[in-house]
Amino acid sequence: MLSNEHIKQRLIEKFNDQVYGFEEPYGTLTFEAPREMNLKVLNFLYDEEDLKFRFLTDLCGVHFPGQGEKELAVVYHLHNLEDNVRIRFKVFAPLSKPDIYTATGLFSSANWMERETYDFYGINFIGHPNLRRILNVDEMDYFPLLKHYPLEDQSRVDKDDEMFGRGGSIGFGTAKTDHGTVVEAEKHNAGEEKV
Amino acid sequence: MSRPVSFNIKKKPLVSDISMAEMPEGHQGEGFFATTLDSVIGLARKNSIWPLPFATSCCGIEFMATMGAHYDLARFGSERVGFSPRQCDLLMVMGTIAKKMGPVVKQVYLQMAEPRWVIAVGACASSGGIFDTYSVLQGIDQVIPVDVYVPGCPPRPEAILDGVMNIQKLVGKESLRRRSSPGYKTLLESYGIQ
Amino acid sequence: MSEQHIKLPEGSIEKTTTTLNLGPTHPATHGVMQNILELDGERIVSAEQTVGYIHRAFEKIAERRPLYQITPLTDRLNYCSSPINNMGWHLTCEKLLGVQTPKRVDYLRIIIMELARISDHLICNSIVGVDSGAYTGFLYVMQYRELIYEIYEEICGSRLTTNIGRIGGFERNFNDIAFRKIEKFLDEYPRVLKEFENLFTRNRIFMDRTIGVGSISAERALNYGFTGPNLRAAGVDYDVRVHSPYSSYEDFEFDIPVGTTGDCYDRFLVRNQEMWQSLRLIRDAYQKVQEFKGAEADVYHADVPEYYLPPKQDVYTKMEALIWHFKIIMGEIDMPPGEVYNSVEGANGELGFYFISDGGRTPYRLHFRRPCFIYYQAYEELIKGSMLSDAIIVMSSLNLIAGEMDA
Repeated sequence: MLSNEHIKQRLIEKFNDQVYGFEEPYGTLTFEAPREMNLKVLNFLYDEEDLKFRFLTDLCGVHFPGQGEKELAVVYHLHNLEDNVRIRFKVFAPLSKPDIYTATGLFSSANWMERETYDFYGINFIGHPNLRRILNVDEMDYFPLLKHYPLEDQSRVDKDDEMFGRGGSIGFGTAKTDHGTVVEAEKHNAGEEKV
Repeated sequence: MSRPVSFNIKKKPLVSDISMAEMPEGHQGEGFFATTLDSVIGLARKNSIWPLPFATSCCGIEFMATMGAHYDLARFGSERVGFSPRQCDLLMVMGTIAKKMGPVVKQVYLQMAEPRWVIAVGACASSGGIFDTYSVLQGIDQVIPVDVYVPGCPPRPEAILDGVMNIQKLVGKESLRRRSSPGYKTLLESYGIQ
Repeated sequence: MSEQHIKLPEGSIEKTTTTLNLGPTHPATHGVMQNILELDGERIVSAEQTVGYIHRAFEKIAERRPLYQITPLTDRLNYCSSPINNMGWHLTCEKLLGVQTPKRVDYLRIIIMELARISDHLICNSIVGVDSGAYTGFLYVMQYRELIYEIYEEICGSRLTTNIGRIGGFERNFNDIAFRKIEKFLDEYPRVLKEFENLFTRNRIFMDRTIGVGSISAERALNYGFTGPNLRAAGVDYDVRVHSPYSSYEDFEFDIPVGTTGDCYDRFLVRNQEMWQSLRLIRDAYQKVQEFKGAEADVYHADVPEYYLPPKQDVYTKMEALIWHFKIIMGEIDMPPGEVYNSVEGANGELGFYFISDGGRTPYRLHFRRPCFIYYQAYEELIKGSMLSDAIIVMSSLNLIAGEMDA
């Protein structure tokens, strides 16, 4: 049985302290590596006979605003089909220079998943054969899933944001008040500051 | 606690086997019937509308159910659904129209020949539905003129049939000169269609 | 002579291939997807896919909504089998919150999920028939999808986009009419499925049109991230219900049909066989549900007061129930922080939910791992070298649902 301990040990043996942040939320081993190493780690997990993570389940991006070097994340979910073990691998990049090597050489399924991540977050995958927008309109000039862009189309005239609870005093926790969002404002009023 | 859902639990007896369309008003005599040209053409058109199903998402599956044997759109004269805009009368837009798809809808509408009608089936086609986002067109009446809106998410097949029946009412009462009238021209120009 | 009047684009005179736009609206594309094909006569030389014609930004909407308001979004992913998406989402939330559902709830969930799977495979297989010219099968089996819709209506009130279930179980117990309708389905449907099989499986024309068309090897399929019936038709027996059982699937015995060549015929047969296995699962689950007697037969949800709305009688009489009701509806319940990835076996493959929660009321990030999006990339490889009509059959046998592809 391939256990998380064994995988962690093999990774630390091979990459020493370049893999870090080992956690096991809900039973899935999660770790991070610097973004230059992502292909090396993926190849290692693919080739080794006792690791055999040869199925890329998912590839997505996450935006953590205000984290500097670790603002944009790319999360790989890999699956070892024979031993039925899943693993999660994250790499981070700053918003100013979001360059990450592409995994399409190893997994053909990463092709469109990386295009989707580029479309949503603006992450530039170096070496991708066809990096252009996939789901949004080609002429779009911003990356919509970044946290500082709104969900709604701001140019629509038939819907009144005030009535929908947006931009007004009831923001379902997300509208801005003096103390940050409404959630944070409530916590401030109740005396528990958000750490 | 829970109310059971059941339809048609009281059997309604059939009044007659065949339902006849109502005669338009006119003058009748021995072997002839005279009426206005409008009403005759309206009667003929409304009972043989050929729809173009522009099905994009979930409402398209309810349309498939409407076309099926249970709800049967064919008995309203729409036996032949066509996919070529040149041959169809009614553009049924069913499903969410994203901004990427907007020009496609407009192009299909432009390719249809007069007289043409448009029915927006579902909440997404009528007003954007539950998707108030940057990528969804908030209703197809932003790009093409719409005649009938059918609300619902997705509307039940009975609601789609009701929408088609309302189109039939519009078709039956339409004047023959409407498509060349100045009012219609201004309507099309407000959408940028010459 | 004619060059003076017609301005031809650069390089078009030397071109030996024709460009054909199998555009977003086309009778054979089930949903909106575009293929730009380069044809040499009738043979396809290359193809380019464009998706995104129904991109509704689900992932961004989900960052704004508390957990229950995301269930209607998941409905509209694979809208032919929406209960599976709903259950998958509820299972993900239950994994994050650490909720254990009682056995009866699990068995009822299995009945609904397998009905949804049958409903989706019915559409896919009958549309393969329609695209190869046989319209009868489609009209015949649509009648039986109406039976499945009636069962959904009995339980949740809606036919297609069901929004069925709650975190921890169901919103109401299945009443007698629902059970009678399930029994009626189990009685009538096997005969219909047998007739449908007889119509297509050994039909000479259908076999000629689908055998050898759009085949893919197991290695390429795994590399492209295929899951579900398409992968099983290529020979790999990966099924999430068996590998990581959820909702008490481990209590049941069922087979996983596996094909050999991964062509359209194998996919058709795999889906048909999966329908038989689903019928077997529904029958077994139904029997097991009938074995619960007395007080156990009234259990239809787990005890999750923070996420499950209390019954209305209690809301009007008891204080705690009133407070919970208020907090749930106004969205004042905070989730535990953490990240979880959970997947279920959707009708098209592994439908995954990657949920990052930062301790607030709405997800910080919710990503849907959509099988259709991932395996549509392989379409060019599947149709290269075959003819135009084969491209249509491959598209419908892959069961591409546009709502799931673009999300």
